[in-house]
Amino acid sequence: MSNVQVLVGTRKGAFILTSDGKREKWNVSGPHFAGWEIYHVKGSPADPNRLYASQTSGWFGQIIQRSDDGGKTWFQPGTPAGEPTTTPEGMPVGESNKFVYDDSAETGKPLTTHQFYDGTAKPWVFKRVWHLEPALDDADTVYAGVEDAALFRSTNGGQTWAELPGLRGHGTGAQWQPGAGGMCLHSIILDHQNRERIFVAISAAGAFRSDDSGATWKPINRGLHSQYIPDPTAEVGHCVHHIAQHPANSNVLFMQKHWDVMRSDDAGDSWTEVSGNLPTDFGFVIDVHAHEPETIYVVPIKSDGEHYPPDGKLRVYRSRTGGNEWEALTKGLPQENCYVNVLRDAMAVDSLDSCGVYFGTTGGQVYASADAGDTWAPIVRDLPAVLSVEVQTWP
Amino acid sequence: MAMITMVMPAHLRTLAGVSGDVTIEVDGEVTLRSILDALETQYPMLRGTIREHVSGERRPFLRFFACGEDITHESPDAPLPQEIASGAEPFYVVGAIAGG
Repeated sequence: MSNVQVLVGTRKGAFILTSDGKREKWNVSGPHFAGWEIYHVKGSPADPNRLYASQTSGWFGQIIQRSDDGGKTWFQPGTPAGEPTTTPEGMPVGESNKFVYDDSAETGKPLTTHQFYDGTAKPWVFKRVWHLEPALDDADTVYAGVEDAALFRSTNGGQTWAELPGLRGHGTGAQWQPGAGGMCLHSIILDHQNRERIFVAISAAGAFRSDDSGATWKPINRGLHSQYIPDPTAEVGHCVHHIAQHPANSNVLFMQKHWDVMRSDDAGDSWTEVSGNLPTDFGFVIDVHAHEPETIYVVPIKSDGEHYPPDGKLRVYRSRTGGNEWEALTKGLPQENCYVNVLRDAMAVDSLDSCGVYFGTTGGQVYASADAGDTWAPIVRDLPAVLSVEVQTWP
Repeated sequence: MAMITMVMPAHLRTLAGVSGDVTIEVDGEVTLRSILDALETQYPMLRGTIREHVSGERRPFLRFFACGEDITHESPDAPLPQEIASGAEPFYVVGAIAGG
């Protein structure tokens, strides 16, 4: 019997929800890291027992946690349990939480400022890790998308981190500015078919692609139109909320932008709007069915000023045509008086034969569908506000 | 060698894997800086949680108290009272009450 493990990050801790392949009865573990903001928890495709978690706090900064036993126990990888916490010379060895921007002339172009909301120049200041993306074939390699926006990589299981400075240094960084949630690199896609290709997305800068394992980057925002910026079709400045890709269809990307649902058929070189008949095309999440590359999911949100579903009805919308034609999925979801939000990293799919779809809300519910969205049921109803949802599937 | 008693917020105690007060060994003059340096040496998992990794600056929601006095904005190299250096009085790291 297959097993499913849902990794949930919330405002006040992490939770791990497990079930068998039927996905009817669930066991809830947590809170892990109680009281801390857990922006993201994700498992390694190369070793499902290897999990990484971003634990963060406005008081105490950023902590990286790692589990090697599927989430039963955790440790800071820079200070492994049972090993000396100092070098023979007496110096501290805990470095796993240290994210230092690389502005050296040797490895990148020195870049010291981005734009603030009012257009003034601000220096880059590290705040937190929004997203952790373990490498496809090496459990010790993991990427971190951070605020202020940059991409870091660890090749030693999270013990130490180094920036990939080509992203901030490629030339447009000085024009990036924060979105409402901060200037964050929130989406990382490692291409299954072209292993040297990486996509990232930044609020509010846009989407970017590297074709050389993160050494060099270029903006991929042609076709995006954002009326809230001075030049609506600018090369950068777009508030991309999330991007998604089916592993078997690597040239096709889907995007939920601040407003507009978009798709690209050329790996981001150009985008077209596929909002179609959605009741509103504002939203945060977007994801792709595990076995149907043209089946995609969004959760429409009323507006940027009203972060809740239209008409108080929580509806997932599914398109089986890669966009434009959408159907509302409502069975099992509240259809009155519902005013929660679904944040950008809070939807995921499993890879069982009947694709499971999961999402979490700011009201603390985690909903699951074991039939690709036709019907839904809450796994839990009363967690802290959900920041992220990821899924692991064991055959 | 001074033995300093430290009181820390619960989240930091959890990270450090300790319960209750912690005792820190400080070589030389007892100052805010020397206490935090010693703490981070003894408990490296706390590096970056009280002082920012790169700048070394205090995190804005944290304050320091010694013998009932708020020394948050004092020089980090100013000598602390003998009661702290002797361990008779604890040194406090206090989290601001902000948010929920």
